[in-house]
Amino acid sequence: MKEELSVVGKGIPKVDAILKATGKAVYGADFSLPGMLHGKILRSKVPHAKILNIDTRKALRLPGVRAIVTGKDFPWGLKYGFTAITRDQTPLAQDKVRYIGDEVAAVAAVDEDIAEEALDLIKVEYEELPAVFDPFEAMKEGAPQLHDHVKNNISASQHLAFGDVEKGFLESDHVREDQFTTQAIKHGFLEPHASVGLWDPSGKATLWGNKQSPYIVYRKLAMALGLPPSKVRVIQTYVGAGFGSARSDPFALDFCALMLSKKTGKPVKFVYSMEDVLVMGEMRHPFYMKVKTGMTKEGYIKAIQAYVVADGGAYSTIGPVSIALPAFFIDIPYRLPNVQYDGYRVFTNKGFCGSLRGHCIAQLRWALGQQLDMVCNDLGLDIAEVSIKNALHPGDETPSGYKITSCAFTECVEKAVEASGWKEKKGKLPPYRGIGMGTSSFITGVKLSGHNSASCVVKLNEDGTASVVTGATDIGQGSSTIVSQIVAEVLGLPIEDITINAGIDTDFTPIDPGTYGSRVSFYSGNAAKIAAEDAKKQLAEVASKVMKVPLEEIIFKDRKVFSKSNPEKGWKIDALIRHAQHSMGKESKSVIGRGSYDSGVDFIDFKTGRGNISPTYTFAADVVEIGVDPETGKITILNAVGAHDIGRALNPILCAGQLDGAWIQAEGQLLYEELKRDKKDGHVLNPSFMDYKMPTSMDIPLKNKHIFVESMDPDGPFGAKEVGEGASVAIFPALGNAVYDAIGVRIPDLPITPEKVLKAIKEKKEGK
Amino acid sequence: MRFNVNGVIYEEEIDHRRTLLEVLRENLGLLGTHKGCDEGQCGACTVLIDGKAVNSCLVLAASVQSKKITTIEGLAQGEKLHPVQEAFVETGAIQCGFCSPGMIMIAKAFLDGHPNPTEEEAKRAISGNLCRCTGYFQIVDAVMKAAEKMRKEA
Repeated sequence: MKEELSVVGKGIPKVDAILKATGKAVYGADFSLPGMLHGKILRSKVPHAKILNIDTRKALRLPGVRAIVTGKDFPWGLKYGFTAITRDQTPLAQDKVRYIGDEVAAVAAVDEDIAEEALDLIKVEYEELPAVFDPFEAMKEGAPQLHDHVKNNISASQHLAFGDVEKGFLESDHVREDQFTTQAIKHGFLEPHASVGLWDPSGKATLWGNKQSPYIVYRKLAMALGLPPSKVRVIQTYVGAGFGSARSDPFALDFCALMLSKKTGKPVKFVYSMEDVLVMGEMRHPFYMKVKTGMTKEGYIKAIQAYVVADGGAYSTIGPVSIALPAFFIDIPYRLPNVQYDGYRVFTNKGFCGSLRGHCIAQLRWALGQQLDMVCNDLGLDIAEVSIKNALHPGDETPSGYKITSCAFTECVEKAVEASGWKEKKGKLPPYRGIGMGTSSFITGVKLSGHNSASCVVKLNEDGTASVVTGATDIGQGSSTIVSQIVAEVLGLPIEDITINAGIDTDFTPIDPGTYGSRVSFYSGNAAKIAAEDAKKQLAEVASKVMKVPLEEIIFKDRKVFSKSNPEKGWKIDALIRHAQHSMGKESKSVIGRGSYDSGVDFIDFKTGRGNISPTYTFAADVVEIGVDPETGKITILNAVGAHDIGRALNPILCAGQLDGAWIQAEGQLLYEELKRDKKDGHVLNPSFMDYKMPTSMDIPLKNKHIFVESMDPDGPFGAKEVGEGASVAIFPALGNAVYDAIGVRIPDLPITPEKVLKAIKEKKEGK
Repeated sequence: MRFNVNGVIYEEEIDHRRTLLEVLRENLGLLGTHKGCDEGQCGACTVLIDGKAVNSCLVLAASVQSKKITTIEGLAQGEKLHPVQEAFVETGAIQCGFCSPGMIMIAKAFLDGHPNPTEEEAKRAISGNLCRCTGYFQIVDAVMKAAEKMRKEA
């Protein structure tokens, strides 16, 4: 049942929107300290080489240069990474460089221009090694090896099997095997990385930066600098968007800002250029996929098998997770009796890949969601009906052990069908018009490491307002607003009475895993709710005493605290808070509520793939209608409809913004975005927004519609689940299927450029 | 050099190679104008020169000494937001907010000359400014809502 609430569920403007609209929010590059020096990074110009020597003497003699660091300035051999087996990165290259763009040295000077000039004076002597850029070449015996301890460049692999796929294929009336690929894309945030480091004489290393998961940065800085975490402090500025690990990890600028500060005794600031951002590591893994689906003629899916090779680039980062996630998402949102997955993440001499909105899940869904459409077409079945026939339902447990609690997937498909005019349009549109459906299911808080809990503190102020300290990092998605709404709702206050910490300070905010895996609303939202309820209970106890009514009778509403049976007589909340603070004798106190939340979900067993990866799951069905210009091959999205089971829309404006953003980011990858590389040395060919094309306002669908399907999750804060990451997945097959419907040719390789469309149309006409 | 920014006259000694963006941020401390790509592709640094929207990263500071420059800091009157800012706040057009000052400036310049735009015109007007968060729908809504607010105020 959906209860009517006062603050939660309302389209309230973001709590930081006025600061952002007036240019007063302080982002990474806006932060400065007096006496600050400016840093620049030297990047490798060769794809694979041993570093024999770095001569910095000439650069150090340039007037204005204060210090230079190379790999030798950091604890030798001390590597950082996600787990013990993947620790293969150092702050600057120590023995080897592994891609064009790998960081080799850094300069601190009195201004940016001098620092930049000094880079040209650093002489690096390399012994070049053979390099490899294609993951299939890299896996061959005798291929150049990027990391000594890793055989055949297999960075990570994941195998998973439930049931018996061979049996499942035998039981199927139709089986298809097809291949698909996806390309490298960047996160595409507009604010380049920026940090200020200060290593003070007490030995404390403080970093200010635009970070998405400051506690990940804090842990990895400590790891690679050889410091106890208490000696590292990370303070988050406003963040010019995130979308994944490109904002979660520390990079060379962060380590070097601190080390150069240690060397010079001054604060040191680094601001990367957009070229730095586009050339350096962190991007979406390109995928090569061979997938197989078996179905009965009635439309029951009997088996799915997937073989994946992911191009990981030069380092591991969270590679084991990247290659496992596609496996962990195979058996949602459909009931599948037989599944097999074999995935390999491979090192190549290119920028490394990590997580990006829909982390490696969008890629496999691009393949599986289209193959489902192909199988349905072959059997003369309707993909919408097949989706409903195979849908997961509340109470289901998948073969991997996922417990499906709230689930309105069937309703999502039905609503998307209805709102898009699917039945009237599918197969009935004129030539070069097409309609396609895609579905997906997503997690709400992935457990990537031991730490998954979130915490919150709510302090009641004597003027009747509340101050909230959350561990959640707002990177624009609106967690500060959502947390504030939840606290306001519990305490019966309007949103303007809530003050929330503007950012994370690892010394003082509750330790939090970070903004990833679609966990923030659920985990931090629940922690905020518990903290607000704790504060409320403490104040209600005071009210119960002074009003002489039972505790359970006490209501908090409209800045008042009163008894259910006598709503007219009560206390204004500010007066009651002051009373609690001043006039309760030995029991007087400033009311501070605390809340911590962990779903208790176990870490999934990577060996068997068994476990429950998330406390709950979201579901989506998208329908996309397109037009194709047969002269130019250009695709126009005429209408996009999505029905999303997000539990409850905590703030419909913010939810719609998340869904819009997810779609348009996906549209870029689907239609044109691609980080292109030179085939001979792997360097990035398009490191600017001039050549790396992202969607503009002219590229968005002519019409779009989001339908919130509110399944009211039993464990979510006020029923809420993830929103905004899952929505970036279903759109992949939906658009691919629409293209097929429009031109009658399947384009398996992303992006679906006009060139590919034209070629497909031409070949079809010629009967190839 | 002498600059008129948001009605305030600044006199600064400036290297003739500095861009307007650099001078606004580094000399005048007006940090609301953001540096994204620094090559005229993203629009995060949009300001108005004599009412016309430009990418301040592509303008040499020396060339605008006699002109009236308006930045995001010059729109609100104290706590009273400009209607474009109000509309951006209300419609959800701001997520991370990094593109917002540039978006708001381009929207203001557009609406000053087109008080009664169609959605298509609004989309075209902001098409030189990138936003990776919103997917633009709520920004277009904001421009349309701002137009309405400005018509009412006029």
